Amino acid sequence: MGASKSLQTTSEHDFEDLAERTGFSLEQIKNLHKRFQWLNNHQETLRREDFEKVSHLSFNPIRGQIIQAFFDKRNFGKGEVGEVDEIGFEQFLTVMSHFKAPNKKITEEETEAIRTHKLRFLFNMHDTDNDGTITLDEYRHLVEKLLSTCETLEEDTAKAIADAAMLEVAKITVVHMEPHEVYEGITFEQFQQILKGIEIERKMNIRFLQMDTTPMRCGK
Amino acid sequence: MFQHLLRTASGCKSLLGRRLVTVALLVYLVGTVLPLGAASSPDISARDANSDPNQHDAGQDQHDHGHHNSSGGGGKAFPVLSFDFERIKMPFEISLWVLLASLMKLGFHLTPRISNIVPESCLLIVVGLLVGGLIKVVGQTPPVLDSELFFLCLLPPIILDAGYFLPIRPFTENLGTILIFAVVGTLWNTFFIGGLLYGICQLEQTHLGQVDLLACLLFASIISAVDPVAVLAVFEEIHINELLHILVFGESLLNDAVTVVLYHLFEEFAGKGQVTVVDVLLGVVCFLVVALGGVMVGAIYGILAAFTSRFTSHTRVIEPLFVFLYSYMAYLSAEVFHLSGIMALIACGVVMRPYVEANISHKSHTTIKYFLKMWSSVSDTLIFIFLGVSTVAGNHHWNWTFVTATVILTLVARVLGVVGLTFIINKFRIVKLTTKDQFIIAYGGLRGAIAFSLGYLLDPVHFPMRDMFLTAIITVIFFTVFVQGMTIRPLVDLLAVKKKQETKRSINEEIHTQFLDHLLTGIEDICGHYGHHHWKDKMNRFNKKYVKKCLIAGERSKEPQLIAFYHKMEMKQAIELVESGGGVKAPAAMPSTVSMQNIQPKKQPERALPQLPKGREEEIRQILRTNLQRTRQRLQSYNRHTLVADPYEDRWKEILMKRKKITAMSNYLTVPAPAPDSPTMSRARLTSDPQAWSIKPDVDNVPAIKVDLASPQSPPDTINITDEFGKRSAAPPPTTADGDEDGGLVMKPPPPSLSVTTATWKKGGGGEEGKEEPQQRLMRCLSDPGPSGEEEEEDEPFLP
Repeated sequence: MGASKSLQTTSEHDFEDLAERTGFSLEQIKNLHKRFQWLNNHQETLRREDFEKVSHLSFNPIRGQIIQAFFDKRNFGKGEVGEVDEIGFEQFLTVMSHFKAPNKKITEEETEAIRTHKLRFLFNMHDTDNDGTITLDEYRHLVEKLLSTCETLEEDTAKAIADAAMLEVAKITVVHMEPHEVYEGITFEQFQQILKGIEIERKMNIRFLQMDTTPMRCGK
Repeated sequence: MFQHLLRTASGCKSLLGRRLVTVALLVYLVGTVLPLGAASSPDISARDANSDPNQHDAGQDQHDHGHHNSSGGGGKAFPVLSFDFERIKMPFEISLWVLLASLMKLGFHLTPRISNIVPESCLLIVVGLLVGGLIKVVGQTPPVLDSELFFLCLLPPIILDAGYFLPIRPFTENLGTILIFAVVGTLWNTFFIGGLLYGICQLEQTHLGQVDLLACLLFASIISAVDPVAVLAVFEEIHINELLHILVFGESLLNDAVTVVLYHLFEEFAGKGQVTVVDVLLGVVCFLVVALGGVMVGAIYGILAAFTSRFTSHTRVIEPLFVFLYSYMAYLSAEVFHLSGIMALIACGVVMRPYVEANISHKSHTTIKYFLKMWSSVSDTLIFIFLGVSTVAGNHHWNWTFVTATVILTLVARVLGVVGLTFIINKFRIVKLTTKDQFIIAYGGLRGAIAFSLGYLLDPVHFPMRDMFLTAIITVIFFTVFVQGMTIRPLVDLLAVKKKQETKRSINEEIHTQFLDHLLTGIEDICGHYGHHHWKDKMNRFNKKYVKKCLIAGERSKEPQLIAFYHKMEMKQAIELVESGGGVKAPAAMPSTVSMQNIQPKKQPERALPQLPKGREEEIRQILRTNLQRTRQRLQSYNRHTLVADPYEDRWKEILMKRKKITAMSNYLTVPAPAPDSPTMSRARLTSDPQAWSIKPDVDNVPAIKVDLASPQSPPDTINITDEFGKRSAAPPPTTADGDEDGGLVMKPPPPSLSVTTATWKKGGGGEEGKEEPQQRLMRCLSDPGPSGEEEEEDEPFLP
């Protein structure tokens, strides 16, 4: 069928290409490819509904945002904006590459670059309307989602927290504003500044397996 | 005279003068200690000579004449003044030693120049040496650090302190690495040192042929374990980054299991003389039993403590006692079965803390914190002093070859072990350990009093070389503590090792860290493999669903971290704000003119906001502080050397007197900072009204109104918002009842019978919003007579 034919295109050769571009090793790419195919039932592309196969994701308060991040063009590294409804393996891999740990021996600049890369991903997740800033509404939305697992949440708490956080960002980054000025939102530079304390390149990593563990898993 | 000395010491301008005074202090001290303490045989060691006849030697003559009278028969005058030292000898001596230790600590902090170069532990050992020497000069036998005293009294407070304040997150993240260093590293050290020492002893030249393999191995097992007391003492002063600190410190805690097993193993074998394969296997099983058994015992006691704390709402005063007792019982129970007492204690502290913290009152929390720090501080000091004294006291058998071989081998083994293990570990770590890290880990492997005590426990019959062993142990301890302890600080600076970040955790960091956690868990799920985050998430959910309900009283079990953190921050900032307004320099004040109104998406009309008069800020502080109780779930482990005095404590008490029955609070308003260096955060504007709680939800023009004029309890400085706001020029847009903050202030009507104590930050016109507590929490707040907020440190989540 067409599906299997087009699968031929993601062959070894392409894997090597991808390996070079994203920094994953061949084994890791093969594993991820297998996972990709499991998710989308060996179709060509991945859609949002396919993520429902991951049952554990339903416990996650920010699952919507995570899934959205996969379909956000800004994360594909090509400088485009907007969103798509389905992605191919290459885009899947590109998004995943944001979570790759830096290699042991890298220079200061490379560390900075990686940090910026990861922070950009986070920023894109928050800045849903892509205006370059995280506005108060977006921030509130974020906090509400984070607290959504709490049963006894009272209405204003999330807003209060978001407001306090926003105020803090403003104070740290802009420091001085006249009473009439309005703080539009958190720009990417400010975002970087406030999260300087968390060494994001050390924290935002997951372990990508070299070995194939599909046989060991009893299907999730 | 003593006071005078102290005053002179502190008032002395020149360092030299200060030092002289301190020396004079020391001499005076030792002078008083010696005749009283040393003259009578110290209770701590059973071996000490009975020196009763010498009791009256040094200057007690004037009391002598009363002594005879007390034993007199009829015909003698009624003894007005008698001297009966025997009765109180033991407690007196103990107190004297503790007093000496504490005064030493005082003395060191008066001479900052020395304490900057030399770590405190070194100075204490030197003092111990001096005291021991002086005692010997006087002719008495100085006491030796008795192992029973050490293991049962001096060690537990330090370990409990470490365990209770253990930073959980870095610990669990690096658990694999720590375990490998602790177990494999210690084993490697033992066999390497033991084997090579045996080889050296077998050489003809050394004349040490009688030291057999098992004795060498036993000795090696004693000397190879990194000591938590020494590590804590030195590392706390150098402030290296969290990762390295937790690696070395965690290793020193967890290797206790290995040490215990190896020690008992070799001790048994040395008696038997032969080792079979079965014995080795049994040894491995024993290790698992000791380690896991210790942890289990600790966990059981921890859960018991947590459960008990659930019911202590009416007897707040003894809450800290439960914590201490359960922990100590855990330690003792583990010791009964020869399980690892240290691991039991750590497990107990770690398991107990999140639940206990959620249940106990703020004051109890402070009590626990301060008591633990106090006891561990005193223990620590005593241990080092006694190490010094014991050095002077003991019989030494100095054998050049053996001792130098031991020292060199210890160092070499440590370096090789760390490098080799890191090579293997780095294959599994996401964030690799660099060479610098490895160096610090290797260099930070200090030995301490545990090694000495274990050596002291050796049976002289089985181990005729015991004295030589003890000498070698002491030499290694001295070497590591002095040489490595003193040089590690300049080395850390030289190598530019990353230091601990002093910045406080901001709400943004907290939000994003939590976000990141969820994100990584999600990505792991998508990738399909059960990684670190997956399990952590599962455990969190299990914890939330079942465990918290059992162990935490009432409503607090449902409070999520972020909210707790947020409230804590509110508190802190409001307090800082008030403090600065009151003239005290606020810690970490951020000069900024940004206020809430700049953040609002909808523009506000220009409004001249009022200044908050200083008197009223006290009110705010007080009310805010009652909420501190809810937000103590996380503690960052911190350093007892820098335990800061609570700046708020005194002023708090005054307010507390006046405002004992605060029950309600309303909302605040942000105003521009009056003082140039005060945070612009929010000024709270509250009224406290125990009785008249009449709030209109729909307040139209006036932001944050809370009427409280009628209450007789309100002291004259009750904030009277209505007045102030009535005169405001512009009015914010009307608000709606459900908390829409388009600009107005919203008041949530509390449940009718309820008095609420909450920090409610309101928005619009620059306020910030908060939330109101349900009744349960309030009752907790009120039953405890107010916190004595001193939360300078940040909290870390237990299981984020």
